[in-house]
Amino acid sequence: MINVEMLTKYYGNLCAVDQINFDVRKGEILGLLGPNGAGKTTTLRMLTGYIRPTSGTIHVKDYTIDEHPLEIKKLLGYLPESAPLYHDLLVYDYLDFVANVRELRGGSKLKRIRKLTELCGLNEVMHKPIGELSKGYKQRVGLAHAMMNDPEILILDEPTSGLDPNQIAEIRDIIKQIGKEKTIIISTHILSEAEATCDRIIIINRGRIVADDSTGTLKQSAGGESLINMTFRNTDFPAVEKTLGSISGVSGIILVDDQGESLSVSISSQSSSDIRADIYRAVKETDWILLDFHQESRTLENIFRELTKEN
Amino acid sequence: MVQIAHIFKKEFKVYFVSPIAYFVISIFLLVTGWFFFTPFFLFNQASLRSFFALFPIIFSFIVPAMTMRLFSEEMNVGSYEILLTMPVTYLDVILGKFLASVVFIAVMMVPTISYPITVSLLGQLDWGPVAGGYMGAVLLGAAFSGIGLFASSMTRNQIVAFITGMAICFSLTLIDKMLFFLPPAMLGFMQYLGAGFHFQNISKGIIDSRDILYFLSVTFVGLYATYLAISEKN
Repeated sequence: MINVEMLTKYYGNLCAVDQINFDVRKGEILGLLGPNGAGKTTTLRMLTGYIRPTSGTIHVKDYTIDEHPLEIKKLLGYLPESAPLYHDLLVYDYLDFVANVRELRGGSKLKRIRKLTELCGLNEVMHKPIGELSKGYKQRVGLAHAMMNDPEILILDEPTSGLDPNQIAEIRDIIKQIGKEKTIIISTHILSEAEATCDRIIIINRGRIVADDSTGTLKQSAGGESLINMTFRNTDFPAVEKTLGSISGVSGIILVDDQGESLSVSISSQSSSDIRADIYRAVKETDWILLDFHQESRTLENIFRELTKEN
Repeated sequence: MVQIAHIFKKEFKVYFVSPIAYFVISIFLLVTGWFFFTPFFLFNQASLRSFFALFPIIFSFIVPAMTMRLFSEEMNVGSYEILLTMPVTYLDVILGKFLASVVFIAVMMVPTISYPITVSLLGQLDWGPVAGGYMGAVLLGAAFSGIGLFASSMTRNQIVAFITGMAICFSLTLIDKMLFFLPPAMLGFMQYLGAGFHFQNISKGIIDSRDILYFLSVTFVGLYATYLAISEKN
């Protein structure tokens, strides 16, 4: 669907995006992650044809951005960061303008506006000036703007920044709902968001791609270390250490909490095989009471920090 | 071409949903009304020549005030990004905004038609120069809009855009009144550059192709410079 090759952008001497390559398949929800200033927005702006790359090519379907910018813009829906809109216009007037530019006419225009109003929950604010709306509503108007032409590819730059938790959940629902049929690229620096919504994640740091994998593999792959959290009653730490420490594959046992009646430990395992069965059998032999037993795969946060830390 | 119409419609609407239009129109009518009618009865002539003579100076202030927001505000708010990522070309954007400004100027002058009507009741008014004057005023407005649009495309600060635009328009208006500082060899050339000089002919009722060509060229240069400025930016 989208093919990016050796894409580079210099602002003066500053290299914002440095020779990045990636593909986006049809129907994929791609998360573009990275710390502030990593080049996410610049990459998206080049994809949407807003700024010209210094070098490199972008193909969308059969079009290239240099030769067919208009055709590509027709395929795309784009919500820039913090949804900058025309503050003086009423929401309806604005959507009407967007629909006109997107070449919708008459009945189909009204139908489309009505559908998006429904989807984005804009009914109550249709006749308010955009400048008077809260941030959440502005974001929704921006989303309606991006989806006006029913685009095959939707590009959203930090769609949930600055919203409250309820609004974030609402926007995510909308994204998931439309993500069933569309190709979506989301940039964010909120990891849980990428984890919750994206099929695939690309992590960018200082203009370079440092990781590119599906969300699941990315979480598992790095290091192969996993943590098993357990909570017991009717035992003490030395006994747990002695019993479980002897299991092969366990690389360490840490006391997390020993207050009152329950005892929480965290077991780290180095081996790639699953040691939970062995732990279960070991615990079964004792008269301990097992309250909690779960495996925690390495969080995305750790991977992100590792890949993007300054050095 | 269709996109130009949509952008024009939107820009024109924005003028009237925000207070700008009403301020600018009020000031324009107040100033022209006052300066035209105060000495009118002293001249004892049924002509609008002194009315049209006011236009270059007044437009030097008013037109940049209207064009200043066209690009600067969009760049400042960021809506420029939204606009340019829709399927429109630079040319659509520039011409749409330019037309909105020119049509706004024409609308602004509509109430002043009551002046020639009043004057025609007082004496024998020759309508030819009046029609010519209005046509010239639209040409002048177009030329200054082109300049104002260029000033606006250079900066995201509206005040800077206004002052730049005003400085250029004002210089073009006054250049033929400062000719005594210049060596005689340059006189003709510099005079030809002045908007005031060309508008003078029109306000007298003389429609000369050279004057029309002058205004059209200034408009074209302004719009082309705008095109270069915004395509360079990205």
